[in-house]
Amino acid sequence: MTTPLLEAVNLSVHFGGLKAVNDVSFDVWPNEVFSLIGPNGAGKTTIFNLISALYRPTAGEVRFEGEVISRMPPHVVARHGIARTFQNIELFEHATVLQNLLVGRHCHRHTGWWQDLLFTGSVRRAELEFRRQVEEVIEFLDLQHYRDSMVAGLPYGVRKVVELARALAMRPRLLLLDEPSSGLNTEETEDMGFWIEDIKEDLGITVVMVEHDMSLVSRVSDRVLALNLGEVLTLGTPEEVQAHPGVIEAYLGGTADV
Amino acid sequence: MLQLLQLIVSGAAIGCIYALIALGFVLIYKATETVNFAQGDLMMIGGFIGLSAMTVIGLPFALAFIATIAAMALVGMGTERLVLRPLLGQPAFTVVMITIGLGYLARGVVTMIPYWGTETHTLPVPWKDEVIWIGGEGSGLVVSVEHLVIILATVALVALLYVFFRYTRLGIAMQATSQNQLAAFYMGIPVRRVNMLVWGLSAAICGVAGLLLAPITFVHANMGFVGLKAFPAAVVGGFGSIPGALVGGLVIGIVESLAGFYLPEGFKDIAAYVVVLVMLVVKPNGLFGENLTKKV
Amino acid sequence: MHFLFKTRYEQDIALFKHGGQRFWYAALAVALLAAPWLLSEYTLSQITFIGIYAIVCLGLMLLAGFTGQVSLGHAGFLAMGAYTEAYLQANGWPFVISLPLAALVAGITGVMIGLPALRVKGLYLSIATLAFGFILEQAVVSTEAITGGNAGMQLGKLVIAGIDFDDGSNFYYLVTFIAVLCVLGVVNLLRSPTGRAFVAIRDSEVSAQSMGINLAHYKTVAFALSAALAGIAGALYAHKIRFITPDQFGFLQSIELLMMVVIGGLGSIQGAIFGPAFWFVVQQLIVTGKDWLPEALGQQTGLQPTIFGIILVAIVLFEPLGLYGRWLKFRTFLEIFPFYRKGMFRRQKSYMKSERMK
Repeated sequence: MTTPLLEAVNLSVHFGGLKAVNDVSFDVWPNEVFSLIGPNGAGKTTIFNLISALYRPTAGEVRFEGEVISRMPPHVVARHGIARTFQNIELFEHATVLQNLLVGRHCHRHTGWWQDLLFTGSVRRAELEFRRQVEEVIEFLDLQHYRDSMVAGLPYGVRKVVELARALAMRPRLLLLDEPSSGLNTEETEDMGFWIEDIKEDLGITVVMVEHDMSLVSRVSDRVLALNLGEVLTLGTPEEVQAHPGVIEAYLGGTADV
Repeated sequence: MLQLLQLIVSGAAIGCIYALIALGFVLIYKATETVNFAQGDLMMIGGFIGLSAMTVIGLPFALAFIATIAAMALVGMGTERLVLRPLLGQPAFTVVMITIGLGYLARGVVTMIPYWGTETHTLPVPWKDEVIWIGGEGSGLVVSVEHLVIILATVALVALLYVFFRYTRLGIAMQATSQNQLAAFYMGIPVRRVNMLVWGLSAAICGVAGLLLAPITFVHANMGFVGLKAFPAAVVGGFGSIPGALVGGLVIGIVESLAGFYLPEGFKDIAAYVVVLVMLVVKPNGLFGENLTKKV
Repeated sequence: MHFLFKTRYEQDIALFKHGGQRFWYAALAVALLAAPWLLSEYTLSQITFIGIYAIVCLGLMLLAGFTGQVSLGHAGFLAMGAYTEAYLQANGWPFVISLPLAALVAGITGVMIGLPALRVKGLYLSIATLAFGFILEQAVVSTEAITGGNAGMQLGKLVIAGIDFDDGSNFYYLVTFIAVLCVLGVVNLLRSPTGRAFVAIRDSEVSAQSMGINLAHYKTVAFALSAALAGIAGALYAHKIRFITPDQFGFLQSIELLMMVVIGGLGSIQGAIFGPAFWFVVQQLIVTGKDWLPEALGQQTGLQPTIFGIILVAIVLFEPLGLYGRWLKFRTFLEIFPFYRKGMFRRQKSYMKSERMK
C-alpha cells in the first residue's frame, strides 16, 4: 500500500451560512468498497459533488492518486477515471440505451469533430472499437434486451442499471454510486449487491457509494464512513459503525428514546 | 444638465412600460417556470381593446381602462387554460415555442379584425399632447403629460400589487405557489387555478402597459415588438425578481434614452440588447437574481 | 414490418439501415436529378428555396434539436453569409472560395455568440441570441460602406468555371448538391462521438460533464457549425434573391426559421427538410387559395401568419415530434397493418423537473 486512490483532506463546503460539509477527511484505498452513510442532510451527496468537481470546496481539497482534482473542471476529473451515478438518475432520456453507453466512452475518443463530419476511416474504426467495449458492459449487466430501447420508456429499475452501465462504460478506476438501491425492489437490490461485488472483484474498480439500505452496505462494503450534519461521526468496518453509539443516535434521534 | 434630466425623465417613462411588461414575464415565470414570449403581443391586444372601447363603443377613458383590464384578464386566463395547461410538464422549450407561436398568431389575427387592421391608430386620451413645465414656463424642465401619467400610473400599480401580494389571501397563495409548487399544493392551494389567475393578472398588467404606451407610439399590430425589450429589462433585474423587473425596466429605458441622444443613429434601438449582453457576461444572475443551479 | 437481423456492429453505423431505405433514397436522388425536366420553372425555383432553407434549418436543428441550445437570432448568421458572399463577389472573388469564406465568417460569428452560451443557459441563452440578432442586423445597417446599409446590395451574375449558374436549373442543381453534402455532414456528425456529445448536453448537462464532455467546447462547436450552415445558406440565398437588404434578416426571419424546425420535427434530420418544404407548400396553397376565398378574407395580409401560427400551435400541442413524428406514425401504421394501436407512440407523462435550487 503506497498512496490512497482518493483522499479528502479537511474538506468543507458552505452554502451561505449552512455548513453542508465541515472538515471531513478520509482516504479510499485501491480495490475497496467504501460507503458513506448518514441521515438525510448529512452531506453525502455534497461530498460526491465535491469529488466529481460539480461543487468547489470552501476549504480543503480532494486528491486522486496524489493529484489535486478539486480545482479542475468536472470533465477533466472524469477523464482521470472517475465515473459516477446520480441519486435521481441523470440519463440522456431521448437517446437509446446503446447511445447512452457510448457516451460513456466519450473521454476515450481521439478524433475531432472535423473528422466526425467526414466520418473518416479512423472514426469508423474507433466507433467499432467503442461498440465492442460497450457490448462487454451490456453483457456484464444483462442489458442485451434493452440495447435499442429509448431510455424515456424504460422502467425505473432498468434505468438504474443503465446508469450504472454508462458509468462502467467509461472503464473508470473509481466509481461513485449515489444511492444505487433507492427505488429498487428487494430482488433488484439483491442484483445490485452482486454487481457491486463483481465490479470490485472482476473489474478491479474501486467503489465509493452513498447508501441507506444497511443490509446492502454491510454486505458489500469494506469500510463505512458515517456522517451527520456535515461532520464525520465514525469510520470503520460495517459492524463497528453500526454499533457506534453516535450513529445510532443520529439515526434514531437520541439514545434515550430507544 | 437640464437636458440630461429631460432625457432621464422621458427614458424613465418608457422604462416604466418595459418594467410593466417585464413584471408580467416575471410573474408568470415565478409561478410556472415558463417564459411568455407573447407578453408584448398581449400588450398590443390590450391597446386594441382599449381603442375599440373608446372609439367604437364610445366609452370614456376611465371606463375603457377598466374594461381593458377585465378583458385582458380573461384573455390571459383563457390562454393559460386552453394552451398552456395541456403542456404542463413538457420541456421549457416547448412552452417557449408555443408562446412564440401565439405571438405570431396574434399579430396575424389582429390585422384581420375589421377596423383594427394594419393601420396605426391614435388612442384619444384626454391628456394627449399636453406638457407641464417644472421650474418656470419656457426655461424649466418640460415634461409631457403622457410621460408623467405613465410614471404615476406605474407607481400606483406597483403599490397596488405590493398590497395585493402582501395582504390578500390570493396574493399570498400566489407567492407560495411560486416559491414551491408542490408544497403549496399540499397545503391546499389549488395550484392550477392560481396559475391561471397569475396569467390573468400578468395579462391585465400588460393591458395597462398597452394603454399607457398607446398615446406615445400609437396602436398597431407590431406594437408588441416593444415587449422584446422587456426581456433585457427582466434579465438586468434578475429574472424572477419583481423589484428587479422594475429597476431593470428603468435602467433599460434611461440607457436607451441617453443612447438615442449622445450616440450615433441606430444605437438607440440596440442599446437595450448591448446592456443585456454586458449584464449576461458580467453578472448573469442580474441585479436581484437568485442563483439558479440545478440540483443533483 | 422489417425485422433486421443484425450480425455485425457495422450495420448500426451504416448510412442506410436496410435495402428498402437504400431503394427509397436512390429513388429520391433520381427524382431530384430529373426535376428540371419534369417541373415548371416556377416550381423549380420554389424547390430551390426549400433547399436553401433546409440548409439553415439543418443548422438550427443541430443547435436547437440536438444540442438543446435555442437560438432566437439565427437570421443574423444568415445575414453574415449573405453579405460576405455579396461583398466578396463584388470584389471579384470566385464562388468556390467565397462560399467557404461566407461559411467561415458566419461560423466565427457563431463562436462569438456561443461565448455567452458558456456562461448562461436555457432562457438566458435565448435572450442573448435574441440580443445578438438585433445587434447584427443593426451592424449591417450601420456599416454602409460594405453593405450598402438600408439601401441594400445587388449581386452580380453567378458564374462558376464559365457556366452560368443564375440559370434556374443550374442553380437548382448547385443548391441541391450543396444541400445533400450538408445533410451528409450532419448525419455523419450525429452517428459519431461529437453528435452523441451534443445529445448528451441537450438531455443532461450535469451528467454530460461527469462523462468527460467539455461543455464549453461542444457548445462552441455546435454554435459554429450551426452558424456556418446558416452562412452557406445565406450565400445561396443572396444569389437566389439577387438583392439583399437588412430587413430580410430581422427577428421575424429568426422566428420563422425556428417555426419551420419545430413544425418539421425537433430532433430529427428529416424534420429540418420537412419543415421548410411544408412551409413553402402551404405558402403556395395560401397564394392559390386566396382567389377562392371571399375578398374580405383573401386580401388580408394577416392570413398567412394566422395560418402558420395556428399550424405551429397545433403541432406543439398535438404532435410534438412534428411532421416527422406524424410520418413515423403513418409509416408504422402501414408496416404493421392492421395491428396499429392508438397510443403506441404515446409519450410518458413526465413531471416538470424544476431547475430551481430550492
